[in-house]
Amino acid sequence: MSQGLFGIHGAALEVRAQRMGMLGSNIANAATPGYKARDIDFAAALQARLGGADADVAAGSAVRYRVPVMPSLDGNTVEMAVEQTAVAENAVAYSATLDFLRGRIDKVTRALRGE
Amino acid sequence: MSGGMTLFDVAQRAMSAQLVRMNAAASNLANAGSVARSEGEAYRPLRPVFAEQLDQATGLSTVRVDGVHRADVTPTRVHDPDHPLADENGDVWTAPVDENAEMVEMLEASRQYRNMVEALSTAKQLMLETMRMK
Repeated sequence: MSQGLFGIHGAALEVRAQRMGMLGSNIANAATPGYKARDIDFAAALQARLGGADADVAAGSAVRYRVPVMPSLDGNTVEMAVEQTAVAENAVAYSATLDFLRGRIDKVTRALRGE
Repeated sequence: MSGGMTLFDVAQRAMSAQLVRMNAAASNLANAGSVARSEGEAYRPLRPVFAEQLDQATGLSTVRVDGVHRADVTPTRVHDPDHPLADENGDVWTAPVDENAEMVEMLEASRQYRNMVEALSTAKQLMLETMRMK
């Protein structure tokens, strides 16, 4: 039912929220020696989720290690510029998805009220 | 910990870790130039070591302070016979603190702290927007 009402956007919002957590983890570990930055391949995660996989399984199967632009001596691959850009991009996309959802809900609400 | 780890836990621990780092740098700076009677008594700079802490259930990973160690550097011997702490050769030992390195350490800690705050406030804003959606 909710899949029919929200379409792709419910799943997209889930993946965006999971990606937000992953990027937060990267920023938290910016000073941890040997930490390897990770990211979620959004398209792959969404594809898996729409294919019927669980939210956690879908995100887990789409986790990729980041390839650093310039590796540091302590083995840490977090690059602040990269992470900040990813956070900004993810936040904008999250807002967009939220707007799509809001639009759908407004439409249904109006229909129910009979306006 | 009860319940899963949230983004707020991740950010809070990361910020605490950066504060430990900043305190260590401040302690080192405060002790720069302090003088001791012997090599063993001289102040050695503090170095916090971070480690990743992965939460298997959620896939989030935060950071924990693995320990605060003393840096393995030899204090500088200075010949100063008039100093009250001078030994029989007229030498004293000063703390081997590199002020420039400590300042860089402090700057980096504050940058990373600020980054975490920024990411957290963006995430919080989005969560609030989702909550208010009706």
